[in-house]
Amino acid sequence: MPELKFTDYFKSYPDKEGHFGPYGGRFVGETLMGAIYELEEAYEQYRNDPQFIAEMDKDLADFVGRPSPVYFAENWTKKLGGAQIYLKREDLNHTGAHKVNNTIGQALLAKRMGKTRIIAETGAGQHGVATATVAARLGLECIVYMGAEDVQRQAQNVYRMKLLGAEVVPVQSGAKTLKDALNEALRDWVTNVDNTFYIIGTVAGPHPYPAMVRDFQAVIGREAKNQMLNATGKLPDALVACIGGGSNAIGLFYPFIEDESVAMYGVEGAGHGIESGQHSAPLCAGTPGVLHGNRTYLMQNKAGQITATHSISAGLDYPGVGPEHAWLKDIGRANYVCVTDDEALEAFHELTRTEGIIPALETSHALAYVKKLAPTMSSDQTILVNVSGRGDKDMHTVAAMAGLSF
Amino acid sequence: MSRISECFANLKADGQTALIPYVTAGDPEPWVTVPLLHALVDAGADIIELGVPFSDPMSDGPVIQKACERALKNDVTLQHVLDMVRQFRDKNKTTPIVLMGYDNPIEAMGYAVFAEKAAEAGVDGVLTVDSPPEESSVLRQELDKYEIDSIYLVAPTTSAERMQRIASFAKGFIYYVSIKGVTGTAALDVSEVRGKLAQLRQYTDLPLGVGFGIRDGQSAAAVSEIADAVVIGSTLVRCIEEHEKRPEALPAAVAGLLAEMRHAINARDLASA
Ligand SMILES: Cc1ncc(COP(=O)(O)O)c(C=O)c1O
Repeated sequence: MPELKFTDYFKSYPDKEGHFGPYGGRFVGETLMGAIYELEEAYEQYRNDPQFIAEMDKDLADFVGRPSPVYFAENWTKKLGGAQIYLKREDLNHTGAHKVNNTIGQALLAKRMGKTRIIAETGAGQHGVATATVAARLGLECIVYMGAEDVQRQAQNVYRMKLLGAEVVPVQSGAKTLKDALNEALRDWVTNVDNTFYIIGTVAGPHPYPAMVRDFQAVIGREAKNQMLNATGKLPDALVACIGGGSNAIGLFYPFIEDESVAMYGVEGAGHGIESGQHSAPLCAGTPGVLHGNRTYLMQNKAGQITATHSISAGLDYPGVGPEHAWLKDIGRANYVCVTDDEALEAFHELTRTEGIIPALETSHALAYVKKLAPTMSSDQTILVNVSGRGDKDMHTVAAMAGLSF
Repeated sequence: MSRISECFANLKADGQTALIPYVTAGDPEPWVTVPLLHALVDAGADIIELGVPFSDPMSDGPVIQKACERALKNDVTLQHVLDMVRQFRDKNKTTPIVLMGYDNPIEAMGYAVFAEKAAEAGVDGVLTVDSPPEESSVLRQELDKYEIDSIYLVAPTTSAERMQRIASFAKGFIYYVSIKGVTGTAALDVSEVRGKLAQLRQYTDLPLGVGFGIRDGQSAAAVSEIADAVVIGSTLVRCIEEHEKRPEALPAAVAGLLAEMRHAINARDLASA
């Protein structure tokens, strides 16, 4: 393999128009162009503002509970017999997943921009809960769009959002999952653009969202880098994270991109298997196209229509992926792989039994890949895996697989 | 001169406002579209906006979303839409056709391939709703090769600076989106639109069309007073929906509705002549 050089990455991507190579950009209707420029301007102003940063850091510490620990999974390491496995514990964050890192940042921005109404899309409901949480705290009106199918399978999170004062709108169009929720949130935004801030939950959407959400999530990788250096005296050899839209993965990967010795693995949902066509793995099995404001890899047919997706985990059930991942794939900086529903479930049970940590089904995809990767590495090497969330929300799904209901 | 520019020049000479119906190609069944387009021309359409169905029409309200779903149930592709245009051109060589839709089906075909096929089929303009001028330079270059007009949108939220930029790229006409919102969901405010059009005319000599919020003869006539073209979409598509089960009666019914708009506009055009 030729020697790869990624040392200019940080200053090169995205470019001024939000492009990562051919990916990203601003593919929205004219009515929203003003709003996304306004957002970009506000973000550029506050991202380096010491007062804004201080307020965010304080919230991340006192409200979210950061830094989240890095934990050496000794039992699981022994069981797999290979590389040492470290877990970045985003599951311990307030609200139970990494999503809140981003909603804290965007909500503070919304407040500074004088927006009084918050909208969000959600799949698993984790981003919806994280948004409803910050909206409750800041006293902002909050509307969450959620595919009708997801409202069913994540009923508990729907109730959490309602308790927090959010209005949850079930979306009946299309496949009734995350992509349709995103369409509906974009339609709301066009209609209420003057007073509304759209908190997108992953590194998708038009520029500046993919870069902004990445920056808010990069706290994961920044912390983890120091924690690994303290724990092991060196950088990890491999990073592993699951990919829905790609926010927990880019949050972990980003601070390591210029450290070329660190391998990166993004794990997509292979559902019932890639060959079945029922999956949610655009990077593994899709082609480039334009959806939801950016150019990226998509699951689509030859005519350019977006195709239905399937994953056991609602948070991975999305036909696109953040544009920066598309670019990291093309330039060979990160590897994108996928695991099936069954493999994810198996890993879910294994971590639960060996380490006493019940992971989210999304996270379980990353864990399933660790099960394949660790035994191929030596015992002096380390893997850092992002435990993006906890499994409380998935009790119904997992119980149903065992033929139980509550 | 493009077919679109010629059309506007002729109407202007006669003191008339252009009437532009929008229908989604292949809705509710593929065979309906070409007869429907001819019926619309007979009822007074000057230009036709033909929607290319897309699975995720995020700038459209429920009416046009459902139209896309009906068309996609029959697997209507961009290639089929181009075939429909070619068939329409067998009998009609004068009425301009603008394809309106989203970027991805065009990107999937390939911008260069699309431009060539669109020119062959007899397409006169292309409007990609989710691809502002900044993102559509490659497509625009391909369309330019065949003198197909790149039509762009201006919205109530568009700044003066952007208006100027968009005007510098636009060809054929500029489409003013008269409401903040998705298609077919609110009624426009004529005095507000009047102000915006006046502002836009400072930056362009192109004809200005208005759409998104026009529902009946009255609002069509009111807009015809200030715009060069009136675009009617969701109102017609709703009529198509009502005839989903009786598609053979559909061209006449939709054309009847358009004819009412035509009469209202003509009455106004005459009154001000
Ligand atoms: C726990 C958890 N992990 C991962 C994801 C996937 O999102 P992303 O790829 O943006 O991290 C979700 C989304 O809902 C989630 O709830």
